[in-house]
Amino acid sequence: MDNVNQNASAVSTEMVGPRGQKPTKVFSRRNIMIYGTLIVISLYYLLPLYVMVVTSLKGMPEIRLGNIFSPPVEITFQPWVKAWAEACTGLNCDGLSRGFFNSVRILVPSVILSIIIASINGYALANWRFKGAETFFTILIVGAFIPYQVMIYPIVILLREVGLYGSLTGLVIVHTIFGMPILTLLFRNYFASIPQELFKAARVDGAGFWGIYFRIMIPMSLPIFVVAMILQVTGIWNDFLFGVIYTKPDLYPMTVQLNNIVNSTQGVKEYNVNMAATILTGLVPLLVYFISGKLFVRGIAAGAVKG
Amino acid sequence: MEPSISIKNLALSFGNLNVLKDLNLEVGQGEFLVLLGSSGCGKSTLLNCIAGLLDVTDGQIFIGGNNVTWEEPSKRGIGMVFQSYALYPQMTVAGNLSFGLKNAGLPKAEIEERVNRAAKILQIEPLLNRKPAALSGGQRQRAAIGRALVRDAQVFLFDEPLSNLDAKLRADLRVEIKQLHQQLSNTMIYVTHDQIEAMTLADRIAIMRGGLILQLASPNEIYNRPANKYVAEFIGSPTMNFFDGEIDAGAGTFNSQGQSFTLAGYAFEAGSAPTGPAWFGIRPEHMVSGAEADSAPVRMQAKVELVEPLGSDTLARVAANGHTLWVRLDGQISIAAGDELAIGFDPARANIFDKTTEDRL
Repeated sequence: MDNVNQNASAVSTEMVGPRGQKPTKVFSRRNIMIYGTLIVISLYYLLPLYVMVVTSLKGMPEIRLGNIFSPPVEITFQPWVKAWAEACTGLNCDGLSRGFFNSVRILVPSVILSIIIASINGYALANWRFKGAETFFTILIVGAFIPYQVMIYPIVILLREVGLYGSLTGLVIVHTIFGMPILTLLFRNYFASIPQELFKAARVDGAGFWGIYFRIMIPMSLPIFVVAMILQVTGIWNDFLFGVIYTKPDLYPMTVQLNNIVNSTQGVKEYNVNMAATILTGLVPLLVYFISGKLFVRGIAAGAVKG
Repeated sequence: MEPSISIKNLALSFGNLNVLKDLNLEVGQGEFLVLLGSSGCGKSTLLNCIAGLLDVTDGQIFIGGNNVTWEEPSKRGIGMVFQSYALYPQMTVAGNLSFGLKNAGLPKAEIEERVNRAAKILQIEPLLNRKPAALSGGQRQRAAIGRALVRDAQVFLFDEPLSNLDAKLRADLRVEIKQLHQQLSNTMIYVTHDQIEAMTLADRIAIMRGGLILQLASPNEIYNRPANKYVAEFIGSPTMNFFDGEIDAGAGTFNSQGQSFTLAGYAFEAGSAPTGPAWFGIRPEHMVSGAEADSAPVRMQAKVELVEPLGSDTLARVAANGHTLWVRLDGQISIAAGDELAIGFDPARANIFDKTTEDRL
């Protein structure tokens, strides 16, 4: 026993050269390159946001001084109040609030409807391999590559014929249809990645089309539902084209109204109000990213169960 | 007695690809049948057809006397266990076990009773409230067997249930499955590519290749009297040694590469020896060496090329008269590459196959 110990200590004194954990240099050329680039790029993206926030908190006299990068001397929330409740577009002078609620009324049904339909589509395509499934899927995917401009006018006519032109319902239907190809692809690929044996086991257990969908597939698919929701919320909220074409001024979504406020040609350009209005409009997608980003990670962690 | 499962002229094709061709099979009440074959031979496809997870192109399937060819999987009276366990990850073990029973609309008390009974048989009672993610591989597979058990099915279908487990667990669960079969005496069909599982579990083995059953017989028969060269090569490890040569019926000898040895004692299928080109096969474990070789009907002198000591046995690759042969020797023998070794065998234990049809002679 003693012998062994002696040998061990003898060896440790003889060890020369590199040993144990490799030391890392903090200011290596590699680190400077990586962090330098990251800092420059984040500044590039954050600077405009900084200017917007700072400008929206200044009064007009201060803005006219021209120091756009300097922080406000006297902080005022008046521009925010005006943007939300008082700014005029056309005949309405109730600010962006009208557009916000229009957008919500467009967003909620569009997101829910498109996700429900697309997830069922994807599930049927991935698991039930019905006759003509491949053809159906190909057609759907081709649909994703047809430019919007081609379809705008035909859809105007279609909506007019069924009496939905200029209504929120019409716009909801348009958003649902246009979200279909990409969402179906998303859901199909996700469901296809769920082991086929689970599906087979559920069939042996006597679950039918809906039983498997609701009790097996949906509980396993939270992450992809969150991804689909992020895609749809940001896409539909940021939409300008369909909003301006398929609705009328009373029902314009927030983006269209923002444009009308910012681009109005009458009177003085109120930069602070414009900045506040722009931030307000961008707030919803921003919040969705912040909130569901966390949920998304949690969803993936919870879903990462090897069955 | 009426067969438990009977498959008549079953065919399945995907487009132009014929996976199963005119397949007939009868499985007796309480029989343990193993479908054995290399990957792509159609064994899992056949199992899926029996389960109703694949629609057949032609033919009929009877389970317990009922024609279930067009029946839904859940209505066939089967329970199935999958290779990847296929446990529903969001449900507890108890939830997994009761899912099928809830779908069948059974009363709550009965579901609970059946789940508890199955859990007791499989000794997974302490695990009932856990999710599959919190189980080890062996526990998961036990839960998956439990899901088949609660269904009170006539027939159990196993689709390579042990392939995802490590060697030790596989051996343990293999024993458990065999015990389960003795205890329940249900009909079981078990798909595997592992010949040890097949030999140890089966009442009968069906060896499949290219969508056809090559031989359907007891493990003993499959091992000792393989119907053709493919079966002979597939069963046994290391694989059977083959001599390429000709039978001389007149002299009662087999001639291979200038060497001639007697066939005395070999039972030909036809009763007497035919003349013509053939494969002569002898298993490594039927070869003898050293002093035993001196009394064997066929003897040769060999040079050891490679030694694989396994503890219980020693495998040796030897060269004899231009043939490379594997020999299974005693575990404690001390030989090394380059040694000279006398080997021998008894033709009565050999397997002779026709050169062209590869069928047993």
